[in-house]
Amino acid sequence: MSSALNVLAAVCAGYAALLFLIAFAADRAARRGRAGWLRSPLVYTLSLSVYCTAWTFYGAVGFAARSGLEYVTIYLGPTLVMIGWWAVLRKLVRVGRAQRITSIADLISSRFGKSNTLAVMVTLMAVVGTTPYIALQLQSVTLSFAVFAGAAPELGAATAALSEGSTTAFWVAAGLAIFTVLFGTRNLDVNERHHGVVTAIAVESVVKLFALLAVGIFVVWGMAGGPAEIVERIGQSPIATWQVQPSRWITLTFLSAAAFLCLPRMFQVLVVENEDEGHLRVASWAFPTYLLLMSLFIVPIAVMGLSHLPEGINPDLFVLSLPLSEGQTGLAILSFLGGFSSATSMVIVAAIALSTMLSNHVVMPLWLKWQGEGALVSGDVRHVVLLARRLSIVGVLLLGYLYYRVSGGGAALAAIGLISFAGVAQFLPALLGGLFWRGATRAGAISGMSVGFIIWLWTMLLPGFGPDAALPASVLSEGPWGIGWLRPRALFGFEGLDPLVHAVLWSLLFNTGILVLRSLLSFPSPMERLQGAQLVDVFHHSTGGQRWHGGIAQSEDLLIMAQRILGADEAQRFFQAAARTQGLDGYLPEPTPEFLNHLERELAGSVGAATAHAMVGQIVGGAAVSVEDLIAVADEAAQIMEYSARLEAKSEELSRTARQLGEANDKLTQLSHQKDAFLSQISHELRTPMTSIRSFSEILRDAGELTGEEVTRYSSIIHDESVRLTRLLDDLLDLSVLENGEVSMNVETGQLVSVIDRAVAAVGLGGGLRIRRKREREHVEMRADLDRLAQVFINLIANARKYCDAEDPELQIVVRARGGELNVDFIDNGSGIDRSDQAVIFEKFARLGDDRERGAGLGLAICREVMERMGGTVNYLPGQGGAAFRVSLPL
Amino acid sequence: MGKTVLLVEDEPNIIEAIGFILSRDGWTVHTHSNGQTALDAIRERSPDLIVLDVMLPGRSGIDILKDIRADEQMGKTPVMMLTARGQEKDREAAREAGADRFMTKPFSNSEVLAAVRELAAP
Repeated sequence: MSSALNVLAAVCAGYAALLFLIAFAADRAARRGRAGWLRSPLVYTLSLSVYCTAWTFYGAVGFAARSGLEYVTIYLGPTLVMIGWWAVLRKLVRVGRAQRITSIADLISSRFGKSNTLAVMVTLMAVVGTTPYIALQLQSVTLSFAVFAGAAPELGAATAALSEGSTTAFWVAAGLAIFTVLFGTRNLDVNERHHGVVTAIAVESVVKLFALLAVGIFVVWGMAGGPAEIVERIGQSPIATWQVQPSRWITLTFLSAAAFLCLPRMFQVLVVENEDEGHLRVASWAFPTYLLLMSLFIVPIAVMGLSHLPEGINPDLFVLSLPLSEGQTGLAILSFLGGFSSATSMVIVAAIALSTMLSNHVVMPLWLKWQGEGALVSGDVRHVVLLARRLSIVGVLLLGYLYYRVSGGGAALAAIGLISFAGVAQFLPALLGGLFWRGATRAGAISGMSVGFIIWLWTMLLPGFGPDAALPASVLSEGPWGIGWLRPRALFGFEGLDPLVHAVLWSLLFNTGILVLRSLLSFPSPMERLQGAQLVDVFHHSTGGQRWHGGIAQSEDLLIMAQRILGADEAQRFFQAAARTQGLDGYLPEPTPEFLNHLERELAGSVGAATAHAMVGQIVGGAAVSVEDLIAVADEAAQIMEYSARLEAKSEELSRTARQLGEANDKLTQLSHQKDAFLSQISHELRTPMTSIRSFSEILRDAGELTGEEVTRYSSIIHDESVRLTRLLDDLLDLSVLENGEVSMNVETGQLVSVIDRAVAAVGLGGGLRIRRKREREHVEMRADLDRLAQVFINLIANARKYCDAEDPELQIVVRARGGELNVDFIDNGSGIDRSDQAVIFEKFARLGDDRERGAGLGLAICREVMERMGGTVNYLPGQGGAAFRVSLPL
Repeated sequence: MGKTVLLVEDEPNIIEAIGFILSRDGWTVHTHSNGQTALDAIRERSPDLIVLDVMLPGRSGIDILKDIRADEQMGKTPVMMLTARGQEKDREAAREAGADRFMTKPFSNSEVLAAVRELAAP
């Protein structure tokens, strides 16, 4: 290895470390809610430039050197989409956000009735289409390394170079896999956007633009001597004489436009990572500007390369070899970093997009089927999702590397890129048909896409390996088994067409034609019609999917499942918010259809629409909600939505008002009953100890011949009952003062740990209850009425001691301070509290079972009042195994 | 005398107090503290008098009383009800269910004794 190569390796490592740092810092900022600038339209626009891969960075110059101005089409397509197809983009982003779409496979499957078959198809096609592209990036990095390694390569070293190239490619692939796994799947909440990755990519896009501009400026002003001279040189070069072929121009422009929408990585940055629909507005002019800048110096570099460099130098690497040949090592390194950025950003985003698709549509459905129902509530689903994603990332990169090894890194960069473009363009008919034509059906999409894909394989991918590589030369020239009209380069006997035009024309013609024909002939299932209406008319109603109904849904089971997929915090917040909108306290909302739909969409963000649907289905109604039932409901809902959306809204509003009135009335009646019951309860609670006191004091007064033992016993009963009475009166007074808001909280600053210490000491360690704490996490400073807070903790700990029915009772106190909120959870290992009782335990005098001697049942009611006075809450936290209470305080 | 009384009550201290008063007066006192199984206990003991609390764990005293009155064998047994709630409608409910006497807690011992003697008198 030369010393230049060592410097290069060091620069590379330094640059990679910088990217790690940026991604890490952005992730941290985002997690702490300080990501304002990360959500700017500028970052969004820059992340879109993941479109410009090594193919664009190096390949465009090669393209220009080989085919003249044709390279412009690669920039023209996306520009036309950004400016002219504004409506399509906006719709795509709106649908993506409304339905929580995770990938293009997810979108197409969602649109056609959440069909998993389609999702799997799109996923596999995307993998096949993207693998050569990833190989291309690896190839470009190794090629650029090689340029540095031997600015004048010795002839005998060819084999050594190849094996060395493979090693480079392997390490690049491994490094990218590590980066992608770290930042693409580091979020425990798998559905969150990847702030770190997006920011790193935005930085990379600045680097590549800067590098290309620098080389361009050097070439024009440093080498040619100014703009006038370069224009003259262009006029003399062969590039000026290249004839523009209209058919190729149109095809290429169309293809790059289609790829811009359909490439999995573009879909990822364009739709999935989009934070705000408004960003599109900025991107619609900013991104074309970026592309314009990127393409500005392509022709000058190509012209100077052709005239200044010796014949036989690969034009794909002019960007690198021009500065090198002029002795500008610094500029060459910058240029190398530009190419490196282009390659890595593409591979990272593509790997994230493909791994999401693979894990959501291939691995998770298989795992679900294999594990059966129980897994949703008992298994660690999140772990499986993350693992599936990580393995998929490694798999995708491995595939790219293998392709690179097998293909030998031969073909020109542009050719491989175009094969990929044409492959993913097969999604376009289903995508656009799905978004704009309600009549498009699943059957149409499946058949159209498969036929288009097969034609693409036959006319483009397989012949692309060269004669006798994938297909025998005889098949190319005479057709399979001598059937002439099946020749890959001349289907149906159409000869003389450019191979690219030929392949794109036939594959998309058949794809679209079959989509339309089969859609017209087949009848969509109700679910498809419903989803179709949802997506096509996304701007009219952005809510709802197909509806869940009936079924005795277990909210607690749903919560347990959601905790395993979204993470405990996220799931609890989601359930609590839903319960609050329904006017309920605590964490368990009623499993209404609205809630279930909402939950399903939330889960879809993690595991995709089809899987989320299946998961909710398994819990809500098992078989009951599947096919027939769902179709009936979906059908009905579709009809209503189609013909009387407005009517429905109105009547819904009326019935909502009626329901609210009814609820208010019920509440009043209930309050009055509660007051009666309360008085009668108080009477009972006060009279009972008084009875014993009176009776025994009369006995002591009247009965002459009591033994000394009897006297002692009866006096102590009187004493105990008086204490009980006093405590009860204290509690009652406390509660009434709290309820009337007459108490003033003595708010002071203090340490949580000392409050917990105090509470634990006050309860004492009797009763065999073990308390498990993580004291180091309790060092939280807060402002609260510390005595009152200790009172709440004492009540909760004492309750655990009284009621925890485990053989070896244990209470965990878990403290978490996050997002301006302090949560203190008290979780015991007993059998917990029944769902039906969870609602009443905070009521006054609520006591479960028939324990009479244990207090009046005011403890939790007091806790609730105290916490409310302090602006916090105390709630039962379901789904934790034992009984669990969460005390929340704003920090 | 040797008459028996069955005291259906769930507060241990009150059981002890009433038990003390009545046994000193010569009664044989049986006690039972669960509402759900109270009827079986009554049937088994067939006491001369029943003292029945209204608020029992498992089943309300009013419901138990209704069943007693509906029963052929023990339907005629005199029943005195005790309650700590002391609202007029509780008294009404007890009378309707067929209580012979209704007493609000807290009571005086002599009041209880007098009522028991009167109810058990032939």
